[in-house]
Amino acid sequence: MSASSGEKDPFIAQLGKIYAGYTGGFAVFVVLLAILEQMGVPDRIIGYLFVFLTIGVYAYIGIISRTAVVAEYYVAGRRVPALYNGMATGSDWMSAASFIGMAGSLYALGYGGLAFILGWTGGYMLVAILLAPYLRKFGQYTVPDFLGARYGGNLARSLGVVVLITASFVYVVAQIVGVGIITQRFLDVSFTMAVFLGLAGILVCSMLGGMRAVTWTQVAQYIILIIAYLIPAILMSVKVTGVPVPQLMYGIALERIEGFEAAFRAAGQTPPPGVTGFYTAPFVGANGQFSLSAMVNFFALVFCLMVGTAALPHILMRYFTTPSVREARQSVAWSLFFIFLLYFTAPAYAAFGKLEIYQTLIGQPIAQLPDWVKNWQIISPYGTPWVNIVDVNRDGILQWGEFRIHPDVVVLATPEIAGLPYVIAGLVAAGGLAAALSTADGLLLALANALSHDVYYKMIDPKAPTARRLIISRILLFFVALIAAWTAGNMGADILFLVAWAFSIAAAGLFAALVMGVWYKRTTNIAACAGMAVGYIATFGYLLHTEFYGWNFIQTFGSKDAILAAARQVANLAAVSPEIKAQAAAMVANAASVQDGALAWFGNMFGGLPTDTVALRGRLVARLWSINNISGGIIGVPLSFLTIWLVSMFTPAPSKAMQDFIEDIRVPRGGVRLADQKAAVE
Amino acid sequence: MSAQQAAVDPATARAYWSKTSGLMWTVLAMWFIAGFGIHFFAVQLNPIHVGGFPLAYYFAAQGSLIIFVVGLFWFGWKQNKIDEEFGVQED
Repeated sequence: MSASSGEKDPFIAQLGKIYAGYTGGFAVFVVLLAILEQMGVPDRIIGYLFVFLTIGVYAYIGIISRTAVVAEYYVAGRRVPALYNGMATGSDWMSAASFIGMAGSLYALGYGGLAFILGWTGGYMLVAILLAPYLRKFGQYTVPDFLGARYGGNLARSLGVVVLITASFVYVVAQIVGVGIITQRFLDVSFTMAVFLGLAGILVCSMLGGMRAVTWTQVAQYIILIIAYLIPAILMSVKVTGVPVPQLMYGIALERIEGFEAAFRAAGQTPPPGVTGFYTAPFVGANGQFSLSAMVNFFALVFCLMVGTAALPHILMRYFTTPSVREARQSVAWSLFFIFLLYFTAPAYAAFGKLEIYQTLIGQPIAQLPDWVKNWQIISPYGTPWVNIVDVNRDGILQWGEFRIHPDVVVLATPEIAGLPYVIAGLVAAGGLAAALSTADGLLLALANALSHDVYYKMIDPKAPTARRLIISRILLFFVALIAAWTAGNMGADILFLVAWAFSIAAAGLFAALVMGVWYKRTTNIAACAGMAVGYIATFGYLLHTEFYGWNFIQTFGSKDAILAAARQVANLAAVSPEIKAQAAAMVANAASVQDGALAWFGNMFGGLPTDTVALRGRLVARLWSINNISGGIIGVPLSFLTIWLVSMFTPAPSKAMQDFIEDIRVPRGGVRLADQKAAVE
Repeated sequence: MSAQQAAVDPATARAYWSKTSGLMWTVLAMWFIAGFGIHFFAVQLNPIHVGGFPLAYYFAAQGSLIIFVVGLFWFGWKQNKIDEEFGVQED
């Protein structure tokens, strides 16, 4: 397995056989556990076996593909075939958010949740046509490498590194939270403990072998996660409709859900907080009527997720590993195909899960709820149980609004909800773990590579010998992972929300500079740097300001009505400090004296879209033009493009050498003249 | 893979790039229609039911995804043909 690039690698030639054998082995393993369960082995042991054996396999693959060769460590020797790179990208891509978060969001948001499905698939079209082939032709190791070479050195490179670190770090925290949720439930340990156990698994895979080990582990993880997602969906489809094709059959479930909802409404019941009462209706508010703000948020989110997809460094760097430009293009198509297999199934998963809850739980006496409900009544990091039964009217009967399940556990709990054997629940947990671990691997590697290659090697010590670069890379990997785990253990947050932040940040910071670098020859160094900085600051600033200083934000951008409404909300929030509460109370008491915010004209720019606040995640979160801050990229991306274009108009055109360099990147044939020479042209 | 000179002459490169850009805009249009265009009409489409599926829900959940996947394989095939037409494919 240590052949250098060029000669025919026996490992590559054997890939088909190796992974076919692996898939067969996994199937046998699942059947074996199913038999054990029938023989009376306790659920807990089944859970342990699933978690430890799969992590053991990943660690084994990581260890046998360890490497100390630079090109192997950073880009897996550039000989990963398109199909396998597609699979690896699939699992790199599909994180805890896709596997355990997405169907849960669909469950809660109905049509509104489909923004995630559209956004996380459509972005690959942008990757394929705008970036992947050209980055592969450029032929370096990291995304900041490209920025550094195209835009004259260390300033552009550092800006790229800053965006990369912010986006990847937020994203990796979300993955570790996901690992924590699964390990907590299936190993029966505390959340913080669970987080550090999961971390050990992540580190073994990526520490030793860099990109090469991560690639082959990710292929293995893809196989497990897709099996784990499809099987329960198929079984539920058989249970409800008798046909094992959930992707085609869940229309029946949708119709029945609509029927149930209408009946609940007719009985005067309301849905639980955060759940839509109109599952298939597009762009509706809580009352079921069309809502412009719901529509704007839907499209803004789709846009941010798509553009973010095409700017996330851990995904883009996967296309550095293919043997050719042609295969890089093909590989994007394969990536999307493998991702599609899961996303195509997620709506079915959510619909069957929802139907099952409506059919078997709502209207039952609370004292007689099935056992699985108790299993999931463990406390989540948000302070409430994952499954929360609140008997609002104290009649002992479970009503529509009284069954509250956190979206992050819908997928994990659905097999039990549907009464499937426990082995299926264990399988789903193994799949979720594979999804979270594989993404965390890719992200940590992207982070460590940026620090060791771009910061240390390119900017601090260009003469550093290979061995030292790789050692530094591993040490950094370890510390980054530790900090991420600490953050995850101390401030767990909704997975989807954290992940969406990462997308907005990457989209606003990197997308414009990368795309303009290839497609607009006139883009100048200063313009690109300015564009990256503007996009990043606008978006990240907006996210922080609206999320953590929502009260301040609304006082600046809100009209006096919006400020008063926010003041009333503040009084009901537990997390708000007494001073702010007093201030808000004073405002409500003195309503007549409240003035418009200093920038209220900006907030009022679109009449139909008010600037307002909502209580989310225990905080007062502000929204400019009623756009949720998870779509913050909608502000930064256009600003970034505009800045780059305008500044390029007023700065001297790039040099002849740079223009030739761009020409070279655009054409598949031949090597890139300036790659591997200096950090930058000019 | 380490040629020191430009691999193709400038005229070919220009013609190649204009055709490649054309393909890019075509796929970008496809992306916009499947990703946004169809869904602008979600409210109007949803009352139509096919096999239990409200049509707009189906497009957002699955229909657009099919267009994305097929579109990407088509793009790969088409771009390869353009590469070969101008003789700029990798050896």
